[in-house]
Amino acid sequence: MDLQIKILVVDDFATMRKVIRNLLKQVGYENIVEAEDGVTALRTLKSQKIDLIISDWNMPNMTGLELLKAVRADEEIKTTPFLMVTAEALQDNVITAVKAGVSNYIVKPFTAEVLNEKIKKIIEKLG
Amino acid sequence: MDVKYINPFLEGTVSVLKTMAMTEPIAGKPYLKKDNQAKGDVSGIIGFTGSARGSLAISFSKAAILRIVANMVGENYSDINGDVRDAVGEITNMISGVARKNLEAQGMNIQAAIPTIISGENHAILHVLGGPSIIIPFNTNAGPFYVDICLNMQK
Repeated sequence: MDLQIKILVVDDFATMRKVIRNLLKQVGYENIVEAEDGVTALRTLKSQKIDLIISDWNMPNMTGLELLKAVRADEEIKTTPFLMVTAEALQDNVITAVKAGVSNYIVKPFTAEVLNEKIKKIIEKLG
Repeated sequence: MDVKYINPFLEGTVSVLKTMAMTEPIAGKPYLKKDNQAKGDVSGIIGFTGSARGSLAISFSKAAILRIVANMVGENYSDINGDVRDAVGEITNMISGVARKNLEAQGMNIQAAIPTIISGENHAILHVLGGPSIIIPFNTNAGPFYVDICLNMQK
C-alpha cells in the first residue's frame, strides 16, 4: 500500500478538512492537499497530479456530486479515484453517486480505520 | 413524542461522538423544556421537513465542546472560535444524518436543512415549531451537553 499517494481533501468547512487530514495521518497518509470548494478542487486537479479525491457531498457553489461529474467529464483527470464523504446515507443518494462514477462512498461518522479500508479498496481496484 | 422517534437521535449522538471524537457520552433522564433558553454555551440547530417537521438542537457546554473538537481535529482550542463553531455545525449535521438514516428504516423520509450555529451566554434556541421540546442531557468527561428535540410526525 502506497502511503505516498497524493490525496486532495475537498470540504467547505476548514474544521472538517482538518478532521479528515487528522484521520489520514493516523493511518499513515501525509501527502495531503486541500480545497475549500469544487472550483478550487478542479484547479488543483489541473495543476498537479492527484492520486485520490476525498470530497464532501454538501458544499455551496459546486456540490460533491457536481465535482464528481466535472471530473468524470474531463479527459485529463477523469480516471482520478473519487471517494465521496457525506452525512447522507439515504439510498437514492448512493445510487446517484454510483451512476455518476464515484469510486467509493463513506458515510459520516467514520473512523480512521474505516477510511483506510475504503482507500485500500479503491487503490486495489486500480491494480 | 413517541420514544421510538427519540431513540434514533440518541443513537446518532452517541455514535457520532464515539466515532469522530473518541468521547463516550452518558445519557441522563429526558425531560420537557418549555422555554427557549439554551442549556449550553454553543448550539447547533437543524430543521426537518418530510415525514417529520421540526428541529433538533445540540447545545454544548464550553468545556465539553473544546474537548470534543480537540479530539476530532488533533489541535487544542481555548475558546469557542470559528473552527469550534464549524465543528458544532458538522456534529449537528452528522447526528441528523445518522438519525434520519435510522428513521428511514422505520419507513420515514425526512429532509434536513443546513445547520445554524448560535453561541454566547444565555442564547436562545428557537425551534421551528415553537416548542415545547424534549431535552436529553448528556455528560462527558469534560462537561455536559444537551440534545433538544422538537418534532411533529406527519404520518
